[in-house]
Amino acid sequence: MSQAIQFDPIRLPDAAEDLRSEVRAFLADNAEHLDRPSRRGFDHEFARKVAAKGWIGLTWPKEYGGQERSFLERYVITEEFLVARAPSQVYFTADRQSGPVILKYGDEELKRQVLPRIIAGECTFAIGMSEPDSGSDLFAAKAKAERTNEGWRLNGTKVWTTAAHEADYMIGLFRTSPATKENRRHGLTQFLVDMKKPGIQTRPILWPNGDHDFNEVVFEDVDLPANHLLGEEDNAWMQATAELAYERSGPERFLETIAVLIELVNLVGPTPDSRAAEGLGRLVAQLFTLRRMSISVAGMLAAGKEPVLEASIVKDLGTVWMQKLPDICRDLGALIDRDLAARQRFEAALTSNMLIAPKLTIQGGTTEILRGIIARGLGLR
Amino acid sequence: MSEMTEIIVDTTRRIFEDLGDPQTIINAKDDSWRAPLWAALDDGGLTRAWADEAAGGAGLSVSDTFEIIRVAGAHAVAVPLVPHLLAVWLCSRAGMALPEGVMTVAAPTGDALPTLAADGTLKGLIGPVAHVDQAGHLAVMAATADGPVAVLVAVDAAMSDPGSDQAGDGLAMVRLDGVTPVASASVDVTAEDVQALGAAMAAMAVAGAFEGALKMCVAYSQDRVAFGRPIAKFQAVQHLLARLAEETAAVVAAAASAAFALETAARPMDAFVDIATAKIRAGEAASEGGLIAHQVHGAIGFTADHPLHRYVQRMWSWRDQFGREAVWAERLGRHFAAQGGDAFWKTITAA
Repeated sequence: MSQAIQFDPIRLPDAAEDLRSEVRAFLADNAEHLDRPSRRGFDHEFARKVAAKGWIGLTWPKEYGGQERSFLERYVITEEFLVARAPSQVYFTADRQSGPVILKYGDEELKRQVLPRIIAGECTFAIGMSEPDSGSDLFAAKAKAERTNEGWRLNGTKVWTTAAHEADYMIGLFRTSPATKENRRHGLTQFLVDMKKPGIQTRPILWPNGDHDFNEVVFEDVDLPANHLLGEEDNAWMQATAELAYERSGPERFLETIAVLIELVNLVGPTPDSRAAEGLGRLVAQLFTLRRMSISVAGMLAAGKEPVLEASIVKDLGTVWMQKLPDICRDLGALIDRDLAARQRFEAALTSNMLIAPKLTIQGGTTEILRGIIARGLGLR
Repeated sequence: MSEMTEIIVDTTRRIFEDLGDPQTIINAKDDSWRAPLWAALDDGGLTRAWADEAAGGAGLSVSDTFEIIRVAGAHAVAVPLVPHLLAVWLCSRAGMALPEGVMTVAAPTGDALPTLAADGTLKGLIGPVAHVDQAGHLAVMAATADGPVAVLVAVDAAMSDPGSDQAGDGLAMVRLDGVTPVASASVDVTAEDVQALGAAMAAMAVAGAFEGALKMCVAYSQDRVAFGRPIAKFQAVQHLLARLAEETAAVVAAAASAAFALETAARPMDAFVDIATAKIRAGEAASEGGLIAHQVHGAIGFTADHPLHRYVQRMWSWRDQFGREAVWAERLGRHFAAQGGDAFWKTITAA
């Protein structure tokens, strides 16, 4: 094998556990913001409250308004917010990946312009990767950026773009050169795009349940200043790899449907029969293992390692698990007949989570793409 | 991994590679390899790894001892290291002198415990006990009027019905009626603690077997040519191996986490959630993992001469020891149900 798979037992440090109490108290004080699916997570007032706690950009340098706290402390905030169904859409993408990209590849002016706004909870980011003719095959992207006297000009279409209709900025992948024979991943470049610029049209694409999350974004002669190029021209593929470890291994990769499991526990009650107890126990063991693995990857990231293979393993195991979870709970809960109020809450959680389940193994890298990455890590490709 | 741990792991690996290589054992077709392998483990102090130095042990930590088990699993080791080390632990904990030779262990709980009467004789049918055919002594908890004690029994003095597990190792029910133990002592752990520690050790052995099987599968897929190219180049095979790697990762992570939790636990059941998780996850992984390993190898892997079956059969027999997945899952489910839905997440994060 080309590399050994490593999942060292890592526990969250005391500082992170102390922060957990503070996070739970904050969530209890802000209960009116939680679990409100109709708002699709865009709650600007909540975002400002989180920002006031200093919890957005928690790990970033102090000179841009960050707290320079550890990645493991951020982990605790993320998982507590997910379980409480806190509406973090306003800043979640910016906090997780866009901010770090700007920190790493943006020039000083961009950092000073954008990072404090993210930290203030006033800035929403979208990620522009998929296109009508390139989804999983990211490197087939055609939307292009051409050099102008002042900077760059964008033309093309991005699709399935989450939050584009609410976004202040997009970090998008645009073609600056054709691919080469030697490297078909060559020729793509990352740009920071101000979504309020003229020439950008955003159209909603509704989910099967009618929710508006996806968009199609069309760029027609959109002009960008030169310093909005992030990193190296034509070499975006080299920048992406390490960042994916952050994107792929977080608690959002196994906790999205956790509400059904919690309602199942309420439904089966304190003294379940063997069938329910055994089924619940298996789900707990699977969840507990995923969390241990995810924290292990977070610990490796915090220690400056690049656990790319391990992160892909966590995402594939985690997303397949949380996708199946509502269905398994549906089956385990079917024979329980005891508490009508609990039944009603269970059924509501079941319905909403069954509806989102199919997308969980598609977004952010499909099952098939992830298994390809893992196979490469094993030295098979 | 500390330097000390690395030395121990290296020593263990060398012993298994030199004297316990699965292919060599298969080719031998007799038991001549068994005594030298055990003697080498004994000489290296590995058979008394976590016993105190005063008691003739190596005084290793729980996690270092678990690393030995992991390496043993990665070589599909055919000697009773897991039950022996658990017996060593129970004897040490009870302050009983360690006997010479191989030991095994039984881990009955609740009503299944044998009883030790005031006249000093045992009564009860226990098991199935692994490797009873190779062991001189058997350690087990027994109930007395004053609560449970640890007892050590000479296997020759007890009656057993010989049988074998999936890996062909001796597995038998043992009748203790009228047997006087060679030693008995009160101990500060329960029968549940013994079973829990055994479950964690079995999970770690399964983790090692997964690591060994994955390595074999990857190597074979790169070597074997079909339809004009190595089968590793086919996407269908790549995805099978990716799944095997994922299950390997899950078992290794869960078992390592249980070992880590045991390190600071006063008693094994203090690490209940981690241990139950490891045993359940290891058992579940072995269902799919064993089949994938065979699927990748095709017919050659399903032969007596090929070492693959030793890995698969051992992961399937280790997962049967110290409580199957369903046993631990029911306990774990009841534990979480008793806390209620509102406390569910707090219970997860507190473990």
